Amino acid sequence: MPFYVSPEQQMKDKADYARKGIARGRSVVVLQYADGILFVADNPSRALHKISEIYDRIAFAAVGKYNEFENLRLGGVRYADVNGYQYDRRDVTARGLANVYAQSLGTIFTETNKPYEVELVVAEVGEDAETDQIYRLTFDGSVADEHGYVAMGGQAEAVAQSLKERYVEGAPLADALRSAVRSLEAQDSERRLKAESLEVAVLDRNREHRLFKRLPAARIGELLGPVDD
Amino acid sequence: MASHDAHTGRSAGLFANPGTSSFTDFLGGYSPDLLPGSRSLPEGASAGDEIPHGTTIVAVTFPGGVVMAGDRRATAGNVIAQRDVEKVFRADEFSAIAVAGTAGLGMELVRLFQVELEHYEKREGRTLSVEGKANRLATMVRGNLAMAMQGLAVVPLFAGYDEARAEGRIFSYDPAGGRYEERDFHAIGSGSVFARGSLKKLFRRDLSADDAALACVHALYDAADDDSATGGPDLARGIYPVVAVVTAEGYRRLGEDEVGAVARAVVEGRYDAPGGPTAPLR
Repeated sequence: MPFYVSPEQQMKDKADYARKGIARGRSVVVLQYADGILFVADNPSRALHKISEIYDRIAFAAVGKYNEFENLRLGGVRYADVNGYQYDRRDVTARGLANVYAQSLGTIFTETNKPYEVELVVAEVGEDAETDQIYRLTFDGSVADEHGYVAMGGQAEAVAQSLKERYVEGAPLADALRSAVRSLEAQDSERRLKAESLEVAVLDRNREHRLFKRLPAARIGELLGPVDD
Repeated sequence: MASHDAHTGRSAGLFANPGTSSFTDFLGGYSPDLLPGSRSLPEGASAGDEIPHGTTIVAVTFPGGVVMAGDRRATAGNVIAQRDVEKVFRADEFSAIAVAGTAGLGMELVRLFQVELEHYEKREGRTLSVEGKANRLATMVRGNLAMAMQGLAVVPLFAGYDEARAEGRIFSYDPAGGRYEERDFHAIGSGSVFARGSLKKLFRRDLSADDAALACVHALYDAADDDSATGGPDLARGIYPVVAVVTAEGYRRLGEDEVGAVARAVVEGRYDAPGGPTAPLR
């Protein structure tokens, strides 16, 4: 005979469980820069991505459990492609996608025993910085509309604090990338991140058609400049 | 994931069956009415001449790539349904697709194929091989077989740059989904017989990209010369064939000015020699 557990306690336990899972991983930051939106992940893997293209102007970043956010990513690509095919490419929006994720995460959180241990950012680059959209979604399906920058993952608070000090509106790519990397290093006092251990991508509003682009390690190294020890 | 999908209303199924990276396969289960092949037609009806048909498409390989071109005419029976229709499209970064046959279904096939390639690329993080793309297209054409038997046939022509071999490749199809790789050049559509005859005499192994484009425009002119459903360059209205080049640099559609200059040169040349350039007899 199971003990009675109050709904409040049940939700709190699930939330604690999800938070702990997310806090174990490394961080990801998303920030606006002069030409669009920059995504930087502390992720040495070349094959398992934390940052991905969803559609022409929309990208996805995630932290937490890989199989869980990968499932959400694949579903997001389906959502975008179905809607773009059925209506028009312009009718696929980050807001719509954020809603789908919110519904899905919310249901998983309340209906299943094990919540998803993930946190997501869905971002859409607009015609200018004013119309850029960044949505942050947490494991329970809540959505926050963010401006400027977002940090998530392990030690997210320390990273966000560091980013707050460094973030400059409308910074060029190299400066924005440097602030992002320095902020990710705030995860832990010893941490030094090199180009090879970073996953970096941009939504660049000056590109054509598909605005998402991954930056190869060589380009990241070039943008970061010489390492100052 | 079916357990939670039941509660999410509109998004039901998006997260189900994560296995397939094919957009068409997914759509077949998720929203089958959006697929052209799954529609049923009334028994015995033949839509035949009432619906616009697209006509001639040509493709020519050259060292380092392939050129594809199409005329701009769509016909419904004896009527010109549209004189500036576009039948050659970018399939993805390194390939082009064009369609002949029922225009509406053809456009739908192209759109579906474009999403299919992009969908695979985004999900898998890699692009399909040229053969993979060509095979995928064959399956999609095959899905349209029932409609083809009732007079709504669509036949695509596919041209891609093979990065592994560093060369352009051409694939043609039949309405049953048969896939055939073509050597050097090919043409499809109502004027294809004449276009192919023309290309047979104009093709060389050492064509430049510009010369391959010129050969395509000549072939389309010859098709329009003898086939009433193919439109020639319309200098009065400034309507020229659509010409696309696929090389290691990717897909590029030639601008109106570029094609206009080629088309005018071809038409002017025909004042002196209505039959076009001649091949040496010996």
